[in-house]
Amino acid sequence: MSFESEQHAKDYWRENLRLMLTLLCIWFAVSFGFGILLVDALNAIKLGGFKLGFWFAQQGSIYVFLLLIVVYVIKMNTLDRKYNVHEDHENEEEFEEALEEEFGQ
Amino acid sequence: MDIQTLTFLIVGATFAIYIGIAIWSRAGSTHDFYVAGGGVHPVANGMATAADWMSAASFISMAGLISFMGYDGAVYLMGWTGGYVLLALCLAPYLRKFGKFTVPAFIGDRYYSNTARTVAVICAVFVCFTYVAGQMRGVGVVFSRFLEVDITTGVIIGMGVVFFYAVLGGMKGITYTQVAQYCVLICAYLVPAIFISIMMTGHVIPQIGFGSELADGSGTYLLDKLDGLSTELGFTEYTSGTKSTIDVFFITAALMVGTAGLPHVIVRFFTVPKVRDARKSAGWALLFIALLYTTAPAIATFARVNMIDTINGPEGEGTPHAEAPGWIDNWERTGLISWEDKNEDGRMFYAGDERNEMTIDRDIMVLANPEIANLPAWVIALVAAGGIAAALSTSAGLLLVISTSISHDLLKRNLMPNITDKQELGYARIAAAVAICVAGYLGINPPGFVAQVVAFAFGLAASSFFPAIIMGIFYKRMNKEGAIAGMLSGILFTAAYIIYFKFINPAANSPENWWFGISPEGIGTLGMVLNFAVAIAVARVTSEAPAHVQEMVESIRFPKGAGEASAH
Repeated sequence: MSFESEQHAKDYWRENLRLMLTLLCIWFAVSFGFGILLVDALNAIKLGGFKLGFWFAQQGSIYVFLLLIVVYVIKMNTLDRKYNVHEDHENEEEFEEALEEEFGQ
Repeated sequence: MDIQTLTFLIVGATFAIYIGIAIWSRAGSTHDFYVAGGGVHPVANGMATAADWMSAASFISMAGLISFMGYDGAVYLMGWTGGYVLLALCLAPYLRKFGKFTVPAFIGDRYYSNTARTVAVICAVFVCFTYVAGQMRGVGVVFSRFLEVDITTGVIIGMGVVFFYAVLGGMKGITYTQVAQYCVLICAYLVPAIFISIMMTGHVIPQIGFGSELADGSGTYLLDKLDGLSTELGFTEYTSGTKSTIDVFFITAALMVGTAGLPHVIVRFFTVPKVRDARKSAGWALLFIALLYTTAPAIATFARVNMIDTINGPEGEGTPHAEAPGWIDNWERTGLISWEDKNEDGRMFYAGDERNEMTIDRDIMVLANPEIANLPAWVIALVAAGGIAAALSTSAGLLLVISTSISHDLLKRNLMPNITDKQELGYARIAAAVAICVAGYLGINPPGFVAQVVAFAFGLAASSFFPAIIMGIFYKRMNKEGAIAGMLSGILFTAAYIIYFKFINPAANSPENWWFGISPEGIGTLGMVLNFAVAIAVARVTSEAPAHVQEMVESIRFPKGAGEASAH
């Protein structure tokens, strides 16, 4: 166990899940929500030459997807460091070992 | 120089680069062969993933499909990008920490069962073959149109090149070749889009251009003009679709979840050294994919307006066939465009109702686009090279998954545990070579169902792998009985629905007969739900996963340390 205590392990996992679920809610809202379920309502609004619902379906949702991954990467790195479970040099050596164990050398 | 010579030069130059890279990065060991030695930088890995992912279908067909589908085309745009969010958040970091290198290995170890492993191997091989046959066909089409060799010769040349670098270089060769292929294909996609965007709207960025006013000074928005043209010609408005909302919802979900469950995509996240890098790789991959995917709807819109204007003429009365531009002639010769003068006025006319006189294959939109817009010859040659790069990069990735599944998961882990590293590498190369020959054969003699089975690949991945992997990570108690029952019911349900509507009774394939109005393309979503439900129900009534497996699941949930996974 790399965590300092059981409690730390639980807290880390809970924070991780909360972040993941929040981001997935946004993921669902922009694609299935704005781009599909609410598309007709949003199409009443214009964004330049785009109808807003159409824009979300063919452009906007993809930009938000990218943003979500960026936020996830940054937040997770902070979380790993907060609980002191980020990777160090040991990890790289272990990766090498795992490779050798799996495939022989 | 004419288009033909330029195309030969550009395609030849890109082939020389791919082969050069293959020789430079030759695989010396099984782990070079399977996971590129594990030392791939996240940016390079992102590019390789993007090239791996964007197939001949994305490059050649997608914009054409959107062009004909309008709003409904969004199912592909959101479906094939949204899956990367699932990959980055729910799969990649944990699978990387798990420390095994293939999807069947994860399924087999997590569910402590060789049966589960074998089911996973069969699914992986089937999904990959389905895909690869389509890629080889794509290579053939590009060759036959631009190099004027027949499709068979085209496919054989393509096979030769892939054979050379996939068999020789393995994952290492493929990864670095794919980085080069990504650069070729993205340039080939963006250059004509930018040219056309400037011509039509005055904007350099196509993503902005297609939502702007036309450059002809009329002050009309491009999309408004297209909506107007569409209704006038008897089509539905371009910015609203024809599919039902529930169907769009289910197809998008099946494609997203399918993407996150495709073995040749997942395997990419095993090639980076750290969990942190696996997360980052998914981000880079999506960035590189988004470049093409956000440009595609712009191309679709430009191409449609241009095509209607060229065929129907600026006054909308039809262009006399005798005055038709060269591209119509060229494509008529390949049989992908045809004109039937129904009202015998000698003029072509394209419409969505009985006035229509044109049959236009959707696949030609991207390839013909530069010609339609009168772009210089080198742009056309570049597009040909891009199409070939897209097809080759995807085939190579898929072939590798096939060979790994067979040599490592089936032979080494199951049937012949005593073979040496060197023998295993030999088997991997033989498996790759055999797979290429089968793929080539399928490319030359495509079974009538190649197009249909794409739905199959995504449906299968969505209804089998995805739930099994997700529950493997997030539901510690999930046991082998639940996982196997779930996978089997998901696959069987999805396969039965698709086979019924696509092969047994295609006549009934219409919204009135579909369950809840869900088309076979979207049924994988329901299959996935079924998989989750069955697995959880079965796991409740059988004993929970053994303690050592539950501990292993604990250990893949954070980055630090080796994790007990690789220790047994």
